[in-house]
Amino acid sequence: MARYTVLGAEAIRKKGWWQAHKWLILRRLSQIGILLLFMLGPWAGIWILKGNLSSSLLFDVVPMTDPFVFLQMLATGYSTIATEAITGALIILAFYLLFGGRLFCSWVCPVNLVTDAAFWLRRRLGIKTGANFLRNTKYWMLGMVLLVAAVSGVMAYELVNPVSMLHRGIIFGMGVGWLVIAGIFLFDLFVAKRGWCTNLCPMGAFYGLLGKVSPIRVRADDRSKCDDCAECFVVCPEPQIIPAILKGEEKGIPPVILSGECTNCGRCIDICGEDVFHFGLRFDQSKAALSKQEMNAAALKQQ
Amino acid sequence: MSNSTSKKPASKGRRRFLIDSARTACGVGLLGLGIGIYSKSASSMAPMAIRPPGALDEADFLASCTRCGLCVRDCPYNILKLADVGDDVPTGTPYFMARTDPCEMCEDIPCIPVCPTGALDHKLTDINEARMGLAVVVDQETCIAFLGLRCEVCFNVCPIRGDAITLDYRHNERSGKHALFIPIVHSDACTGCGLCERACILDEAAIKIFPMHLAKGELGKHYRLGWEKKDEAGGSLVTPDQEHRYNLPEGVRYDHTGEGLIFDQANAPAMTTPDAAMQETPFSSNPLDTLKKGIQEAD
Ligand code: SF4
Ligand code: SF4
Ligand code: SF4
Ligand code: SF4
Ligand code: SF4
Repeated sequence: MARYTVLGAEAIRKKGWWQAHKWLILRRLSQIGILLLFMLGPWAGIWILKGNLSSSLLFDVVPMTDPFVFLQMLATGYSTIATEAITGALIILAFYLLFGGRLFCSWVCPVNLVTDAAFWLRRRLGIKTGANFLRNTKYWMLGMVLLVAAVSGVMAYELVNPVSMLHRGIIFGMGVGWLVIAGIFLFDLFVAKRGWCTNLCPMGAFYGLLGKVSPIRVRADDRSKCDDCAECFVVCPEPQIIPAILKGEEKGIPPVILSGECTNCGRCIDICGEDVFHFGLRFDQSKAALSKQEMNAAALKQQ
Repeated sequence: MSNSTSKKPASKGRRRFLIDSARTACGVGLLGLGIGIYSKSASSMAPMAIRPPGALDEADFLASCTRCGLCVRDCPYNILKLADVGDDVPTGTPYFMARTDPCEMCEDIPCIPVCPTGALDHKLTDINEARMGLAVVVDQETCIAFLGLRCEVCFNVCPIRGDAITLDYRHNERSGKHALFIPIVHSDACTGCGLCERACILDEAAIKIFPMHLAKGELGKHYRLGWEKKDEAGGSLVTPDQEHRYNLPEGVRYDHTGEGLIFDQANAPAMTTPDAAMQETPFSSNPLDTLKKGIQEAD
């Protein structure tokens, strides 16, 4: 079978509805669950998570601080940082270094719910218009955010960061801020496909850089089974990272997505009727008949 | 990026890449400029918004507060809010409004240790040392204490009354026989908690909390207050103190402590009647004589 006719139909037919939506559902549960944990406090007085994504306390003990915000703090030149923020940033940093940087994007970030919805609607409505961004625009954005912090001496981006704005807004209440979120939805819907998350968000860029080294990866060990339906390519928020791995057998590219831009969302795993993809480890060589050196060499080339 | 590696269309690809890069750099640069300028304008807080106790000065605060709201959560009186987009306070940062929700000056200051970044300074452990702002009796025309009525509500609610706020008794010029009980705030003790502002009985409070930089003047750095320096040094730092001398005729002294002119009994002419005093005054009728007398003595 070549191009798909109905997106996802093949996977549902072959694997059943649950297997074809497993990661998507788990991901939504994670995103909403984390919000609920923060909300349980103000709603029911059960303080599991207190604060918001920028800084929080788990069970009133474990401090957590977003390393992206922390980096901005460093960029401003503020140096008398209390230990809680340093410990908290290290904890979160270690977590995402281990499980995949942009795991944040697809499993935690509340804006992802908005941009995924916009992407879904865009496909439903068949909207094709699109502004083109240079692939690395979001890294420029990251540089800009840090530069502005350094020059102004304040965390200027946090005045407008839609991620922290939305999360804080949901938990602490928000009025005008919803317009900013609506703006992102409309931008993704009409102006550019996956405009915000894939192209612009500096936070995504930051976590993308972390993700370059994390050991948990999406693997395509069964890539020979690929029947060119291109469904993974359509659902992936960062489709440019897939073809090289999927078709790289002859070139000796290892069957593992090493790009930091992969959000570990697992949509490609769900949607593939042939079960080509699965979560695995970076250096798992059980199926890939590649020596470690070969793999590293290829990985270098890929990066 | 990758297309610039292929041989033939290399220059074309590179050209395109350069143009795209320039476009991106311009776009992102403009956005950055916008954010920078916005941050400058958004950093000027509404004067009625007061930061929680222990907040660093505004520039450092905006460099360090992650806008997490942990201070908001741990305030037992629920007075703190995180600013919404479009508020006159930088987005997401905590503040309170004294008129409606003043700080209750908790003894253990629970809002501070929970702050993960130190934007609320952990070194502040005594709430009386907090300087959230300063209470100012802004309107002496409506404060009813100035109108001669008994109020003193602001004085009475102040947790550190007597130090932060005192009452000054003044003569009531209007009635001629009553006292005014005037509230006076002292910046060396007032924490800026705002309890007085909330308590003010007027429709619009006559005593208000302002951020320090709005409430306080500042002497020029070169100012030295002579009398303070003198006290510190235990004596005049310039020339030795000169006792002030008057050019008085023989037998007459001047007492600084209040008695004024004193006529020494022996030499001074007896003053029996006002008339006699007028005639037998020790002063010459020509004031120049008195002056010259001083000069002659000095010679
Ligand atoms: S790219 Fe940014 S907005 Fe999108 S999911 Fe990641 S952090 Fe959230
Ligand atoms: S490669 Fe797969 S897991 Fe990674 S972002 Fe794309 S769809 Fe998600
Ligand atoms: S001192 Fe008490 S009342 Fe005042 S802000 Fe802190 S927690 Fe709230
Ligand atoms: S706890 Fe500290 S970092 Fe968090 S909002 Fe309050 S002042 Fe800001
Ligand atoms: S703000 Fe008012 S109540 Fe609070 S310490 Fe100052 S004078 Fe007293």
